[in-house]
Amino acid sequence: MYTDLVMDHFSNPRNVGEVEDPDGAGQIGNPVCGDVMRMTIKVDDDRITDVKFKTFGCGAAVATSSMVTEMVMGKTLDEAAEISNRAVAEALGGLPAQKMHCSNLAADALHLAIEDYLTKAGRSGDVAKVLGKKASS
Amino acid sequence: MRTVYFDHAATTAVDPRVFAEMEPYFVERYGNPSEIHRLGREAREAVDKGRAQVAAALGAADKEIVFTSGGTEADNLALSGFLQRFEPGHLIVSAIEHPAVMETARYLMRQGWEATFAPVDHEGTVDVDAYAAAFRPDTRLASVMFANNVVGTVQPIKELARIAHEHGAAFHTDAVQAVGAMPIDVDDLGVDLLSLSGHKLYGPKGIGALYIRRATRVAPILHGGGHERRLRSGTENVPGIVGLGAALTLAVAALPTEGPRLVALRDRLTAGLLASIEDTVNLGHPSARLPGNVCVSVAYIEGESMVLQLDAKGIAVSSGSACASGSLEPSHVILGMGYRAEEAHGSVRLTLGRENSDADADYFLEVFPPIVARLREMSPLYVKR
Ligand SMILES: Cc1ncc(COP(=O)(O)O)c(C=O)c1O
Ligand code: FES
Repeated sequence: MYTDLVMDHFSNPRNVGEVEDPDGAGQIGNPVCGDVMRMTIKVDDDRITDVKFKTFGCGAAVATSSMVTEMVMGKTLDEAAEISNRAVAEALGGLPAQKMHCSNLAADALHLAIEDYLTKAGRSGDVAKVLGKKASS
Repeated sequence: MRTVYFDHAATTAVDPRVFAEMEPYFVERYGNPSEIHRLGREAREAVDKGRAQVAAALGAADKEIVFTSGGTEADNLALSGFLQRFEPGHLIVSAIEHPAVMETARYLMRQGWEATFAPVDHEGTVDVDAYAAAFRPDTRLASVMFANNVVGTVQPIKELARIAHEHGAAFHTDAVQAVGAMPIDVDDLGVDLLSLSGHKLYGPKGIGALYIRRATRVAPILHGGGHERRLRSGTENVPGIVGLGAALTLAVAALPTEGPRLVALRDRLTAGLLASIEDTVNLGHPSARLPGNVCVSVAYIEGESMVLQLDAKGIAVSSGSACASGSLEPSHVILGMGYRAEEAHGSVRLTLGRENSDADADYFLEVFPPIVARLREMSPLYVKR
């Protein structure tokens, strides 16, 4: 039911853990099945220099978290904010229909981490500007 | 890579001896049992023999056995077929039934029946007092599974059947997981209806049977040519019936040695799991339990992940996690036992069978703890001690 790429990210997840002294952290629960995902980021000059995840969830949830960390590493906050749930699923070669909801977690946790970073940096005013662009899916 | 099949509650391999008996009935002895020519008579004899074998395994009379397309149809026939003869009233089913019973009860509710879902305790045993209190003057049938497919808990069927009869109701048991795995005698148990399925006992898929006590009247739910004494129309699945009869005969003969062997393997695996992985609990009754059922909940991690990681090591198991189910609902069995959704989330089930050895258990106990450790490293809920 999973593509080889999903299985690869699930079996060998990239960037597992928590970055030290994170500049931003986002944790979100999955309302559908009750899973939890946490993303921590390090930001330098509005660029994500490090990102790590922790996930309590199914194969698809782990694989999408892992994929998101690869997609945003080194990206600017603006670029990272534009990564949608759908883009993550597509990058993995697709997900089974009943697993699409799992991909929401990864992108949402990332966006929360970005929001947390901006808030902590005293730039709450920028939240709407940066995250306002994110594809709402 | 080593392969270990620990999912016998899902299905079993057909025993090669069973397959050998079935084989001629596909290409050579393909007759229709309803015909009187030689090929037809041969097929009829095979069906009669299969029926006698199933009846003997249950301590029933041949006439009390109706072949169906499997456990699901047997359960549907038991509930819908039996209740069809009455004006809508009340029925009781346990809260942890297989969907084949649960959804049939819900269907009947849409037809005007009222149902009580009898609760179970923390170990999955039906609360006998609550069950007894649920009977009403218009209760026609109670249905409680012999042994649960998720946690393996075995119910006090004899007592539950007696209570149903005291209240003037009939009693059905879905014994799909128990037949072939435990000794069963329908007269000793006092049940009126009992369902079984071929593919759980080293027989083929797509064949099952319903035991119907002689005095119990059931109306058909499939209409047609009047096969199976008008109870189940449709040309008989002759190779399936041959396979079911052969498989059940072999399973019952093997029980005295196979039962205790699996109990020992089960208890060793459960003890090994609980000892080697912290924050792990046993689900289900410790001893009133299917010989081959191991079911535990591992805290902080999710079942589908465990299933996939074990699969990568060649081990086939299953989980009651929401993520592992099509419906994304946690197992109603584990929730029904009073556990939280998180605990259902972390459940893994190992169901052991004939081809499993001590070496399989050793292999599992060797590869599973590191898998749990890796998944816990990945879990935001886990705090290392
Ligand atoms: C307890 C129980 N009842 C009924 C069934 C359904 O049997 P079948 O697959 O033969 O329709 C199963 C098997 O999935 C089962 O475990
Ligand atoms: S996280 Fe539960 S189904 Fe994917």
